[in-house]
Amino acid sequence: MKINLAQYQRNIEDTDNVAIKANIDGKIYSVPLDPTNTDYQAIQEWVAEGNTIQEAD
Amino acid sequence: MALSKITSSSITDNAIHGRRNLIINGAMQVSQRGTSVSSITSSGYKTVDRWKTNASGATYSQSQESVTVGGETGLPVQFTKFLKHNVTTGNDNTAIYQYVEDVTSIPSGNVTISFYTKGTTPDGGLKVRFWQNFGSGGSTELELTSEIQSFTLTSTWQRFTATITIPSISGKTVGTSSYFIIALGQGSSTSTDAWVLDVTGVQLEVGSQATPFEHRSYGEELSLCQRYYYRRTNPSYYLHFAIAYGTTDIQGGAFHPVQMRASPTLSFDGVLKASQGNAEIYSSSGFSFTSYSTNDSLGFYTSGGAFTGLTQFRGYMISNDTNDYMEVNSEL
Repeated sequence: MKINLAQYQRNIEDTDNVAIKANIDGKIYSVPLDPTNTDYQAIQEWVAEGNTIQEAD
Repeated sequence: MALSKITSSSITDNAIHGRRNLIINGAMQVSQRGTSVSSITSSGYKTVDRWKTNASGATYSQSQESVTVGGETGLPVQFTKFLKHNVTTGNDNTAIYQYVEDVTSIPSGNVTISFYTKGTTPDGGLKVRFWQNFGSGGSTELELTSEIQSFTLTSTWQRFTATITIPSISGKTVGTSSYFIIALGQGSSTSTDAWVLDVTGVQLEVGSQATPFEHRSYGEELSLCQRYYYRRTNPSYYLHFAIAYGTTDIQGGAFHPVQMRASPTLSFDGVLKASQGNAEIYSSSGFSFTSYSTNDSLGFYTSGGAFTGLTQFRGYMISNDTNDYMEVNSEL
């Protein structure tokens, strides 16, 4: 699994982050902020390696 | 009519009952992602549900195959499908895996693995290996190296069984998303020799006896698999109702077919189709979307102008173009 990009996504009311838009192996995913989701866990490991999740647009 | 006492011997029941098999889709019936991949080198879930491949440098093809009508020698007639894992270039540790949710679901003591297989043997034998994974934030993963099993395949179906001993997890820390792993494949040999594993009827059960394979219907297995992954593709609808919150974007939701293991990751392949009456409006390719799904419901909205010409506050049904699909994934 290669994470190329991660960026927070806001709810439709634009009040809170609800997910992370992630480019994983060249495909776009919307990953929930759920510690039991294994994609979320992989993003946290990616962050621990020194990468950064971009703020939402 | 005289009443007679029911004696204990008259109600003796030697049948094997209960939900014994801890493996999901052991008969390889469910294949939501597709039925074949050819000559690939990547790891992941490729064909039959719940069976993950660790490529580990190998090249392989994989397919869900149908058992010959009328049956095949050595294989009970209950089986209609099997997984063919065709490794054209071998490498160490390349194997198919099943992650059994919750490491505590496999208790300490004896458990028995059984499966039907034929094919050609990896260098060093077909290795069946086991791990305890204690999840995110849990103790370090432990391979049960003393329990590794080795088998030799032939061109005829055989049922192999082995009883292994699961160690106690007393003293371990169990984090989130823990699991127990069973793997079938090449062991520590770095041989690049080709091998083929045809396998079905995989069963893992508590105790020292390999009981007959537990039959489950396709519908039962599908529901069990959908706890971890489901796919909507043509002609299914992604959402039976969504609302245009502007003239270029939609928002909607639906219940998952079953409660999922975790809040799932959402992705799309292709475009969306918004239908209303006899009008159909297609999204742009590469449209932006945000998921706000939970483990029991799907929700998402598009943004940035995914469509052109929606009527604000009008309801639409959301589906897809032929061959496009939506994936909802909470696999381990």
